[in-house]
Order: sequence, then structure tokens, then C-alpha cells
Amino acid sequence: MPQLKRKLNNQFIYFSAIVLAGIITLVVLTAVILPCLAFDLFPSYFRSDIHEGRIKIEYWEKWTGFEGEAMQKVIDKFNQSQSRIWVEKRPISRIEQRFLVSVAGKNPPDLAGLQAFMIPNFAEKGALKSLDELASEFNIKKEDYLSVFWDMGVYQNKLYALPTTPATLALHYNKRLFREAGLDPDKPPRTLDELDSMAEKLTRYNNKGKIKTIGFTPSYPGWWLWAWGFWFGGRLTDEKGRITMDDAGNVKSLVWVQNYARKYGLVRLQEFEGGFGRLLFASPQNPFLTEQVAMELQGVWMFNFIDKYNPKLEWGVAPFPAVEGLENVTLADCDDLVIPTDAPHPREAFEFISFVQQQENMELLCMEQRKFSPLKKVSEDFWIKHPHPYIKLFYELAESPNAKTQPMIPMFQQMREEMNSAFSEVWLLKKTPEQALERVQNRIHRAWESQKRVEEAKSKSQNSRLGKK
Amino acid sequence: MIFKISHAEFCNIKKGLLFISPWIIGMALFVGYPIVASIYYSFTDFSVLLPPVGIGFQNYSDLLKDDLFWKSLNNTLLYAAISLPLGLGLSLFLALFLNQPIKFRDGFRAVYFLPSLVPLIPLAILWQWIFNSRFGILNGILNPLLQPLQASAPNWLEDPMWTKPALVLTRLWGVGASMIIFLAALQEVPKELYESAEIDGVTHWRKFFNITLPLISPAIYFNLIVGIIASLQFFAVPFVMLGRGPADSSYFFTMYIYDAAFKYLRMGYASAMAWLMFILTLVLTILASRVSSRFVHYETDNL
Repeated sequence: MPQLKRKLNNQFIYFSAIVLAGIITLVVLTAVILPCLAFDLFPSYFRSDIHEGRIKIEYWEKWTGFEGEAMQKVIDKFNQSQSRIWVEKRPISRIEQRFLVSVAGKNPPDLAGLQAFMIPNFAEKGALKSLDELASEFNIKKEDYLSVFWDMGVYQNKLYALPTTPATLALHYNKRLFREAGLDPDKPPRTLDELDSMAEKLTRYNNKGKIKTIGFTPSYPGWWLWAWGFWFGGRLTDEKGRITMDDAGNVKSLVWVQNYARKYGLVRLQEFEGGFGRLLFASPQNPFLTEQVAMELQGVWMFNFIDKYNPKLEWGVAPFPAVEGLENVTLADCDDLVIPTDAPHPREAFEFISFVQQQENMELLCMEQRKFSPLKKVSEDFWIKHPHPYIKLFYELAESPNAKTQPMIPMFQQMREEMNSAFSEVWLLKKTPEQALERVQNRIHRAWESQKRVEEAKSKSQNSRLGKK
Repeated sequence: MIFKISHAEFCNIKKGLLFISPWIIGMALFVGYPIVASIYYSFTDFSVLLPPVGIGFQNYSDLLKDDLFWKSLNNTLLYAAISLPLGLGLSLFLALFLNQPIKFRDGFRAVYFLPSLVPLIPLAILWQWIFNSRFGILNGILNPLLQPLQASAPNWLEDPMWTKPALVLTRLWGVGASMIIFLAALQEVPKELYESAEIDGVTHWRKFFNITLPLISPAIYFNLIVGIIASLQFFAVPFVMLGRGPADSSYFFTMYIYDAAFKYLRMGYASAMAWLMFILTLVLTILASRVSSRFVHYETDNL
């Protein structure tokens, strides 16, 4: 009897083990693996790309808040203007990573809003559809755009992106602090020497000798530490696309940077800037809004934050001064619309892009986002109705032949990080500008060379594959 | 003979395997496969978007020439070298202290353990404010104390010399977990040993070095190994608190892996780095266990 009992018991354990394993496997299968498989095999079935009888265009966009609503207005207008296509916008955070994964997984959206600096890297890796044919079909031409914004959508002579809202950088200054320091609030600095001397006059100390207000420092806000060379005639790549991080202009800019650290005292500046904390740009604690920083380099969007957090601030805008012989130097950037390589409805997606590119709609979008238009033709009404008091200046800067962009190379992100680190070493008086830039030049050059070796390996393996066939 | 398994045992193993088979399959799919794949990718140029291209050992040889790699490795090892002994020492000290018959002992234990429950991101943001050079509470206390010495508190997060000490301090704040392990080990030490030592008239120090320390050595060993691994994988706190930090002083190995993989889309390079990190961790762990095997004493050995 006990033997039988043990046998039964044994069988029971076996039985329950099999059942349990079976149930869990089934659950995993049904809940995870089967949907993935099905989604992979019949994507169109699961992605309803029909909306009330229209072709649905899925549009991924990084904007939220009022900037997202501005785009939504244009989308609504498009959806009403015709009855064949329906554009649906989805706010996507960390769009660079999501976009990458969706393209790699061969299930991308129809349309995505990226930032210009991401274009070369994605284009090089074949993630973006070339728009040349569609653009000529829809009569979208380079001549209609401020060239700097058109060029940001081009990689190796092919068009991959069209602009939405652009931006340029300019000197923002506090008029009240100018008056307080005995300066004329209507005469912002026009040369770098004037900037330096005005910065000195604007800087205030407390009774312990610590900085209370800084006139200007190249370390703040720290978003374009890699770009100061542009205002000194420097460049990061030459016409042939070679890396020129140690260009004479870049050296000059870092000498200027180091002079600031020496003049005001590194420790004092560190303590002052450290007080700002991090993540405080979009808040009433923004140092420019609390009048702790009298002059800074900022973009056209700064007005939105002034308007929201400290509308009483008396402020002005001027081109950021550059070395002698250079005028209206600025760094331009823009948001772009792209179509991923495997997008299901590229034609329909482009129809929407071309709708956005029409002057009237572009002006609606840019007005709502309080930026200027990337198009050459701008209606008089746009300038009159625009809420930004200095909007025209930002547009003029974008028109300038000295409007620079980030180098349109796939390695830009790495280049930027390396250049920022060179800034840091120079700022902390750890290296001379020449030493720091030489190191960065060597690093980027080596990365470039190694990339070339990879290209060779790629073409070799492709050739051997072709040979086998 | 030990490896010969009877039929009943074999059946039992089969049953056991059957029960845990969903987890084995899951581990193999979602952990095992990526690990194996990363070995392969480390010998390729892989950007996720394009199929990987084999380039042999180029990633590894490039890494050895990459001064940022050495810098980040240096930062990581330096941080580990400072924070490990300090962390072990402090948590042992706290455990000894909280093992004494003091008033409100349970309350103190809870208080010292609590910080280790704070999630890493809020912890990083909290300490950012504590270290703030102008408004931070730490310099608010330090500066008046240092004033008579004509000195002022450091700019913790702006001065490359002070970023690592600042990170060590944040880590020391969270020693609660290893403290609890020490505390448990201390309570395992048989009272009779202390009693007989007292009869022999032994000093407190002798008691600590000759009884306590040998008997809790397995706990020290465990905390050491866990500490080595944790400090080599240090990521979230410096990533949020400092980024690369002034002059790359808080740029740790793991952050370089992250940048290479997700910013520069160089998955092959990042995989190679991750494997080097694994080898380093392995070597250090083996070294630690070799060295400590002479000192670690397991009570059960003698039974």
C-alpha cells in the first residue's frame, strides 16, 4: 500500500510539474511571443493604417506643450483640407532612441520630427528615405529656403529632411543692469573687446568678494561650448570635409575663454555657477531671469521663457560680437521632418510635408511656436503680428553668410562631446588651448580613420558576397 | 562515486528541472542570448541600423589606444579604491555600534538603514543640492567652520579634484545594506566566546580582533565582493549628478559604454568595452577571493 501511495504521489508531482510548466509556457507564448510574431508577419493588419476610410499617417514628434499644439493646428488644417489622408501626431520622448529602434525593427512611423544634428548619422546608416524625387515632383526647391536651413537636411548631396521651425543664436542682455552699471541700454557690445569690458562693468560682488551678478561668462549656459570658434573665424571641418578641430580660430576662441577664467578667478566662477544648480533653465530660477547673468548667448526661444516667467524683465537682443572682419555670426539649428526608409506610406507622408512647407502653413506653425520662418518669402503680416519683439533680428542672422551650422557629419555627437571636454580642460586651466585642441583633433582624427577601415571591411565583405553569387 | 546518481535522484532532478523550465527558458532567451550576442558584436562594427560587419580585433586594439578609455578606467578604479575600504569600514563601524546595548537601538538601526532605500535618481538630485556651492547645506555648515582657518569649502561638483570625493560621500550615505549584513553576522557570534574571553581577562581590542573579526569574516568577504562589483558598475548617480563632470573627472567606464552604444551608435565598440569590464571584474573578484581565502573563517569548517 505505501508503495502505491508513493507511486501515486510521484505521479502527482510529475503531473503538476508538467501542468505548471505548460501553463507558464502558454501564458508567455500568448502574451509575449505570439503577438510579437504576428505583429512582425502582418504589421499592416495590426497597425490600422486606415482612419475613417482615409490613409492614416503616423507622425512621431518630440514637441509637447504649446509647441506640440502649434503643430497640431497645422495637422488639423491639413486633415480638413483634403479627404484622402489623415495625419495623427504622437508625442515621443527621447525620439532619437525610439526612432532608431523602430527603424531597426522595420516598423517605423510614416513621418518623424527630428533635430537637424541627427540627420547625417541616420542618413549615413540608411535609416532615412531620400526625398529628392518627391521634392522635385512637389516643386519644393532649394531657392525658396534660407540656404542654411535647406543645407541641414542634405547629406552627401542628397536631400533627407525638410525644415519645420528654425532657430538662431544671439546675445541677450539685461537693459536694467546696463543702466545700473552706467552703460547705454541701447548700445549693446559690437566687438569682443567691448563685450569683455562691458562684462567687467556689469559684474557685481558682495561684501565677501563673491560674485553676485556676472556680466558675461563663456561657460554659461554651457550648451554651445563646442561652438565658440565660429565667432573667431574658426571651423570644425573644412570644405573637403576634413576635421579641423585645431583651426587657428578655435585656438583663439579658447584663449579668450581661458582669459575669463583667469580674470574673474576660477574658484569664484565655479562657486557662482555651481549655485545655479542643474535643470533650472525652464524655470523662474533661470539666472538670466533672476538678473544674475547680464549677458548670455541664447536662442530665439528665450523670449518664450522670459514671457512666461519674468515678463517684466527689460531685455534686448543683438548679434553676438565676433572678431574683426566678421559680422552677424550665429549658430543656426532647426527641426526637421523625415520619412524613415521602410515607412509604409512615403508618398502620403510627403504630401503632408509639402503642405507644411507652403508659406501660409509654415508661417502659422512658426508664429505659434514664436520662431521665424525658414523660407525666403515671408509675408509682411507675419512680422507685424509676431509676438517676439526682436524676431526680425534672428531672421537676419539666419540670412547672414556667417550663419554657421554644426558640421553635417555622422560623427558630430562625438565631436561635440570631445570639444566640450577640451573647453572644460582649458576653462579649468589644466591645459593650454593648443594642447587641448591637439588632443581633440587627434582623437577625432583617429575615430575617423577607424571608421574608414570599417568602410573598407564593409565593401570588401560586400564584394566577396557578390563574387560568390 | 560521488557523481553517480541513483534513479530516484535522477527523477528528482528531472522534476526539478521541469518545474523551473520556464525560468531557464526565459533566462536563456533574454539573458543568455544577449550575452552571447555581445561577444559576437564586440568583433564587429555594428550600428543597429546596418548589419554587423566583422572587423576582427579592431575594436579591442582601438580601445587600447583610446585615452578616454584609460581615463574612464582610471576614474572607475580610483573611485573604487577610495569608496570600497571607506564603505566597508563605515558599515562595520556602524554595525558594531548598533550591536551595543544602547537606548533606542531599534530606532537607530532603522535610521541608519533608511538612506539605502532611497532610489538612485532622487538620491543623485538630492545630493546635487546638498553639494551646491552657494546654497548647499554642506558648504553652509563647512564654510563657517573653515572661516577661522582662512579657507573655504570646496566647490564639490565644479572642481575636478572634488567630484570623486563627493561621489564617495553619496555612496557612504547608503551603506545601510552592508551594515545590515554585518549586523546579522555579529549577532551570530556565540556569546560564550566573549564570556570565556572575559574570564581570561582579555581587552576589548583583543576580543574584537581575535573573536569578532574572524567570526564575521565571511560577511566581510561577501560585502567586499559585492562592493567591488557595485563600484565598477557605478553609473546612475554620477550620470545624473554630474554627467562627464569637469575635465571628465566623473566620466566612469559604464558611462563611456553608454555613450558609445546609444549616443555614437557604436554597439561593437561598446560591447568590446563591456567585455573588458567583465574581465576586469572577474580578475579583481578572483584576486579578492584568493587573498581573502587565507583570512576567511567559516565556522562550519570545523564541525
